Amino acid sequence: MDELPIQSGDDVVRVRQSVRNAAADNGLSLVDQTKLVTAASELARNTLVHGGGGRARVEVVKSANGRAGVKLYFTDEGPGITDIELALTDGWTTGTGLGLGLSGARRLVDEFELTSKPGGGTSVTVVKWSR
Amino acid sequence: MERVPILKIGQTLFVSIQIDLQDESVIRLQEDLADELAATGAHGVIIDITAVEIVDSFIGRMLTTIGSISRLFDAETVLVGMRPAVAITLTELGLSLSGVRTALNTEKGLEILNGKS
Repeated sequence: MDELPIQSGDDVVRVRQSVRNAAADNGLSLVDQTKLVTAASELARNTLVHGGGGRARVEVVKSANGRAGVKLYFTDEGPGITDIELALTDGWTTGTGLGLGLSGARRLVDEFELTSKPGGGTSVTVVKWSR
Repeated sequence: MERVPILKIGQTLFVSIQIDLQDESVIRLQEDLADELAATGAHGVIIDITAVEIVDSFIGRMLTTIGSISRLFDAETVLVGMRPAVAITLTELGLSLSGVRTALNTEKGLEILNGKS
C-alpha cells in the first residue's frame, strides 16, 4: 500500500507511476492499466487544483470471487462540492476545462464513490478489476 | 519541470514527447511552439506521442489548443503515433481531439503536411 502526497505537478506524475506499477503487477490488461492511470491523473489533478492538495492511496484488493483489483483513494480538505450530481455531469466545469475530468474518470473505472460536503473536503474511491 | 524540445527540419517543426507529461510541461510546450512558429514561419507541426502512456482531459485539451494556435500561424498540426490503449481511453473519456489531424506515424504525418494525401 502506497500513500502519496499531492502538492505539486510532480506529485501527480508520481501518483500516475505508482498506479501504473500496481495495475501492471496485478494482472490488469494494457487498456485497463491505461484507463486506470488516466482516471488517477484526472482525480489527482482535482485534488491538487480544486482541493488545494491532499493525498492519494494505492491499494491492491481481492474480490469475493478471487479477482485482483487496484483501489485508489484520493482525499483533500478543500472547499468540497456543493452539488455532486452536477459535478459529475459531462461538460460541467468550475474553471476553463472541458468538464470531463470527474465524469470521464467515473466511466474509466469499475467502481466509483465520491463523498463531499461544502467546507468539508472531498474523497473519491475508485476500483478497477482485472478480467 | 522538464521541457519538451522542438526541432525544425525544413518547413516543419517536430515535437517528440518523451517525458511523463505534467500540466506545466504541456503549457510550456504550447508557449514554446507559438514562439517557434512566429520565429521560423514553419507551415507544419508534427507531434509524436508514441512514447506517451496516457492522455487525460487536460493534455488532450492542450493538444487541441496547440492545433488552433498553429492555424493562426498558417501551420497545420498532425498528431502521430497514438497508442491503441490511449485511443480507446480517450474515446471513453469523451475527448475527440476535433480540430487536430492525426496520422499513424511520422512518415504518414509528413505526407499529409506535404499534400500527398
